[in-house]
Amino acid sequence: MEVLPEEYIPGFIMTLKVALAGLLLALALGVIFGMLSTVKVKVLNVIARIYVEFFQNTPLVVQVFFYYNCLPFVIGGRVPKFIIGVIGVGIYHGAYISEVIRTGIEAVPRGQFDAAYSQGFTYIQTMRYIILPQTLKMIMPPLANQALNLVKNTSVLAMIAGMDLMYHADSWGSDLGYFVQAYLPCALLYFVICFPIAKLSRYLEIRAKRTPVPKKMKGVA
Amino acid sequence: MAEVFASIFTKSNLLFMMEGLLTTVLISACTIVLSLFFGTLVAMVRHFCTGKLTILSRLIGAYIEFFRCTPNILWILWIRFTMQGDPTVKAIFACTLFTTAVIAEIVRGGLNNVPKGQFEGAASQGFTFWQTMVYIVLPQTFKSIIPALLSQVITVIKDTSFLKAVDIAEFMRNSSIVMGSLRSPAQITTLYAFIALCYFAICFSLSCAVRFYQKRIQATA
Repeated sequence: MEVLPEEYIPGFIMTLKVALAGLLLALALGVIFGMLSTVKVKVLNVIARIYVEFFQNTPLVVQVFFYYNCLPFVIGGRVPKFIIGVIGVGIYHGAYISEVIRTGIEAVPRGQFDAAYSQGFTYIQTMRYIILPQTLKMIMPPLANQALNLVKNTSVLAMIAGMDLMYHADSWGSDLGYFVQAYLPCALLYFVICFPIAKLSRYLEIRAKRTPVPKKMKGVA
Repeated sequence: MAEVFASIFTKSNLLFMMEGLLTTVLISACTIVLSLFFGTLVAMVRHFCTGKLTILSRLIGAYIEFFRCTPNILWILWIRFTMQGDPTVKAIFACTLFTTAVIAEIVRGGLNNVPKGQFEGAASQGFTFWQTMVYIVLPQTFKSIIPALLSQVITVIKDTSFLKAVDIAEFMRNSSIVMGSLRSPAQITTLYAFIALCYFAICFSLSCAVRFYQKRIQATA
């Protein structure tokens, strides 16, 4: 018996693709809603709040099954599993990332906004040049953590026959009855993706705690 | 609209789904209690076993890393198909195995933040190791990690919906069976909204309770 059934390779690639596209969508949504929840417009705050609370407090399984069963009615045709996976993990983790970004932005003192406005910066410029660079360092560790969870959560696609790694492992294992032989390589493949992200998250955490050191410049004593 | 409601929420359907909700709550409660206990224990081994016992700490570290980097659904399926015994017990075991690793990591973060002086102070007063732990270190640890623990508790409740894949009679699975008798998009959408609302009610009230508790602590401190 071969160590790695050949179905695992497309499954692995599918998982990677869904995870990458999902992460991009989640980051985009997270940045948008994270900023919406920090601007001084009540309506936008409420919208961002509802988005975050709703998607954080309902299971991903329910959301994915909802897209699986209800999107076809909306667009009037079959929806590729890849799209369902990307939308599912993207929107779900977008809510978490938006929370991360909100806490990051709120951790930057209010005075920095005032100072920037007094210098004639627009809102976008303030964010781009002053707030986000400071926020970034703080939010990198939790963001890496979210990326890790996102990769793991792509396995929910297996429940709607999404042709991902988990699905192939499960169907191959139950076809032949070799469960341990099916699940162990699957676990290892997930580990291969997730372990570097976990290590990165650990490293970023240590780096964020370090106090900043002034840069050494050439020609300055 | 009234017809849609009447066709979905018949008495037997509602009873069937509520039975599922009860199972969901029970499984989550068992998982959370067990993984809190084992997670604390595991985190203590990871944190305090040095010198001759470093090997223990390393082993535990490997366990934590491996389980943090593989999806929960993989363990649920794996244990369902390779072990003998009651399906519900196996489901709780699988969830506990996974959640223990996550909680251990959270508790370890809390232990790291307890100043060294606390241990020295306790030792100077003649406290034994266990007394130091129970009366001095653990209370401080838990107080500082409550938000992280809470979000993990919510994740556990949401993750029990993975158990649909192994046919445990929990909320998501029972609702899906009800869903099987529905045909029109309006009915299906309504039922999904109902499922999401039930999960939302549980998770959101939990997070509100903890937020309230934290505010009270901050007010008294």
